[in-house]
Order: sequence, then C-alpha cells, then structure tokens
Amino acid sequence: MAQSGSASPVIETSDLSLTFETGDGPVHALSEVSLTINKGEFVSLIGPSGCGKTTLLRVIADLEQPTDGTISINGMSPHEARLKRAYGYVFQAPALYPWRTIGKNIALPLEIMGFSKEERAERVRKGLELVQLTGFEKKFPWQLSGGMQQRASIARALSFDPDLLLMDEPFGALDEIVRDKLNEQVLRLWEKTQKTVVFVTHSIPEAVFLSTKIVVMSPRPGKIHDVIECHFPRDRTLDIRETSEFIDVANRVRQGLREGHSYVD
Amino acid sequence: MLTSLWQGKTLPVLAVCAALAVLWYAGSIWLNADMQRDAFANAGRTDYSFTDLVAGTWSQERPKLPTPGQILVELNKTVIDTAPTSKRSLVYHGSVTVSATLLGFLIGSILGMGLAVLVVHVKSLDRSLMPWVVASQTIPIIALAPMVVVIMNQFDVTGLIPKAIIAAYLSFFPVTVGMVKGLRSPDPLQLDLMRTYSANRLQTFLKLRVPASIPFLFASLKVAVAASLVGTVVAELTKSEDGGFGARLLAGSYYGQTIQIWAALFAAAACAWVLVSLVGLADRVVTRAMGARP
Repeated sequence: MAQSGSASPVIETSDLSLTFETGDGPVHALSEVSLTINKGEFVSLIGPSGCGKTTLLRVIADLEQPTDGTISINGMSPHEARLKRAYGYVFQAPALYPWRTIGKNIALPLEIMGFSKEERAERVRKGLELVQLTGFEKKFPWQLSGGMQQRASIARALSFDPDLLLMDEPFGALDEIVRDKLNEQVLRLWEKTQKTVVFVTHSIPEAVFLSTKIVVMSPRPGKIHDVIECHFPRDRTLDIRETSEFIDVANRVRQGLREGHSYVD
Repeated sequence: MLTSLWQGKTLPVLAVCAALAVLWYAGSIWLNADMQRDAFANAGRTDYSFTDLVAGTWSQERPKLPTPGQILVELNKTVIDTAPTSKRSLVYHGSVTVSATLLGFLIGSILGMGLAVLVVHVKSLDRSLMPWVVASQTIPIIALAPMVVVIMNQFDVTGLIPKAIIAAYLSFFPVTVGMVKGLRSPDPLQLDLMRTYSANRLQTFLKLRVPASIPFLFASLKVAVAASLVGTVVAELTKSEDGGFGARLLAGSYYGQTIQIWAALFAAAACAWVLVSLVGLADRVVTRAMGARP
C-alpha cells in the first residue's frame, strides 16, 4: 500500500467482522475491518477499550473465529498459520508458568515444538541475552519484577524465531519509566530481528514512538477509523518525542481517537 | 522470654492442652462418681472423703471416662512394654492398620486421579460420572464395609485387600474432587498460550494441567490419607480376626475395656497425624522444587 513496492503482505484482512452472541444480544466486536500489514512493519492498533483491537489480534492468532470476511497470514488461514507456528504472542500479563524457572519458561515452546536439548539450551541463552536477562535463567518468575517478567515472556515468544510477533498491550501494567525503557528495547529488538510486529496499545506516545503504521480503531462496532503512516528512522531514540513531527503524528492519532469516541466518559 | 513464647506456638498449644486436661479430669469425676459411690457402698465404706471419691473416679478399672493419665499408662504398657509381635501390642495392631491404610490410600489416590483425568477430558463423563462419585460417598461406609468383606471373601480375596478397598473407597473421593479442580485451574491466558504453540492435548495436559494441579492434589491427599485410616478402622470392625485398631476397639467394647478403647483411639489419631504430616512434608518438598515461595 503506502509501503515500497518490494513489500510483501504478511497479514491481509478484508471486511473482517466478528459478532459475539451474548445473553444481551449480539456484540459487534469487529465490523468490516480491512487491513494489510507488510513484512517488517511495526503496526500499532490503538483505540479505547471495547474497540476490538485485542479481538483483531486474537483473530490473527486464531484464538477467535471471525464471523464474516476473510483473513490470511502469509497466504494461509490463521488456523494453518497457527499450526505452522507462524507467530509468537505476548499477552497483557507475562503468563509465565510459576512452576518453571525463567529459562524453562523460555524453553516451553521449544519443548512443545520438539527442539533438541542442546538447541533448547542455546536458544534460551540467546533469548535471555536478547532481553538482557542473562543470569536469571534459574530464577522463578516471582523472584523477578513485573518488567523483567514481561521481558522473559517476550524472549519466550521469540524463542522459536517466528517471523511475526503479536503483542497485546504487553506493557499496560507497568509504570511509565519501565515502559519507556522496554519500548526502546522492543524497538532495538525489531530493528535487529526484522520481525513483523502487531502491537496493541492504548497509549498514544507508545504507538507513535514504536510504529511504522498506526491503526486507530473506534468502538461499537469495532472498526478502523484511520490509518496513519509514521516514518521515523528505525534507529530512533526516545528523544524524538520532543520533535514537532512526533507531536503532529500524536495529535492526529489523538484527534482520530476523539472522533471515533461515540460516547462521553 | 514469656512474650516470645506466646508469640510462638508453644505456649498457646500448651495452654489449650492444659485447659482440655482440666476439663477432662473434671469430666472423669462427674461421669465416674456414681459408680465409685456404688463401689464404696458395696465395700461397706461410708466414711470416705471427697478426696477419696475423686481418687477413686480417677483409678477405676473400667471407668465410663478414663483420665488422660490412665490412657497414657495403658499406651505406655501396650506400645513400649509389650513386644511388638504380641497380639496385645498396639504396635502390632498399628502396623496392621497402617499397612491396609497405605495400600488403600495408594489405590484410592490412583483411582481418584484417574477419574479426575477422565472427568476433565471427557465432557460426557463430567455429567455422567461425577453424580455417581458424589453418590458413592452418601452411602454410610459402616453399612458397606461388611458387604465388601463378604463379597471379597466369596472370591477368596482376604487379608489386607478387602480392608484396603474399603479405605480406597473413602480416599478416592477427595482426590477426585481436588484433582478435577486442580486440572481445571489454569487460567484462560495460560491455556491460550498453549494454543498459540499449537500444543496438542497431551502436551497441554502434561506441561500445564498436571503441574497446575499439584497444590490441589496435595491438599486432597492430606484429607485422603486420613479418610483412608478411618476406612481401614471401620473395615477392621467387620474383619476383626486380623487385628488392627478397629479390632482393638471392638474387643474393648465387648469387654467394657474403656481404657483400651481410648488408648486405641489415641494411637489411631497419632498414626493419622503422622501420615498427614508425611503428606504435608512431601507437599512442601515438591512445591518448593516447583518454585513455591518459601
């Protein structure tokens, strides 16, 4: 789309809709969502609660089934893509298994996917290094801070080297300073690994800082309100938040969110 | 010094024990006084003082309520002074009971876990099996035990096995209930995670459901091991020829040997306490290895 000609689409949805049947009648979580995400992009889905951003991510991950429309991941259905282990998923909470050490938690997908013992050890070592948790391999999750736990969960999602990383408000529960630090780390990670990232957030600065494309969503029914391209250099640092360019994009996102807000808080 | 003891467990426990002992000795006077007066009357004694009466109620051979002291003397005699091979030794009877208890606990735990796995994984069994599991526990074990023994006897299954089966009948239930809850305890997030890895049911079971169920399992096992002992004692009331605490209780009540009954009860309680403590110890060792906070 707005990307260069060589870009190949990783995720393509057209007129994607999802309606939950509840006791109080149908809830339109997603309505006619058409979106293309190209290889190597960092796409943020932003919007208020109930706008379907997490639902969209879960549809991509084959954790929810759309009721209408089409979606393909690398030309496959989400189900096939999931069976091919095409993506790593980072949840809102770290979701580390408390009975496993950090190292064993990172090795969990590797065990399930049948990697050899040596391969697992090597990948755990690399993963810990990637998220700067070397030395914490033998610790249990409760011995780590929230930010460290979330970093471990990112290492776990990347351990089997999927091309696509799906992140659902991974830093929502962390304080501002830790969040800034992790945002920078995620950016470096993205720069280094060249993954395609889909990132759900409701923080405007986070979305603008991280993304190459910001998808502003509005609730009831959940649909795409605006798509904003964002072309900061890949090696940007937190300083860019002071630039007028950054503030312009942030304002456009804010305006989009305001327009999409069909109700008053 | 005193305050630190109060803050610890020692003094409160001792205080409660002392209070119980006082109440117990008073109860012994109250319950045994009538018999003691009759005994004095039969012996033609009328000039006994209150102290004599109290001393009498505390030293009867077949009191309605023996004192803790009398029970301890009996325990000392039957546990320490009697050879463990003798049929009068509580160590002998204890070993009979405990071996059936452990076998029953083993059978009950395996059965309980197996049922839990089935109930969690087969939806129709959840509906069809669980009501029977619950119903099984509404039948009084005391009514069921003789029938089990008789039927088993018909098939030449005697000795430890029938008693163990009755013990297992009581102990599988808490294991099933606890394990079902434990296997279902992983939250949606932990299950979604397995789904994103396309883990199959077996992998989800082994790497998520089983480890998540361990704390629940141990809580159930503590209840189960105590229930297993109760089941064994009940079975021994029916099948008293092999000995055991139940047989001891039965013999005691035949001959009005209340001290013997109470001693057997205390010994059974002590065994239950040891068994539950051992399960508790295993619990701590395992959950510590699984990263529980110290």
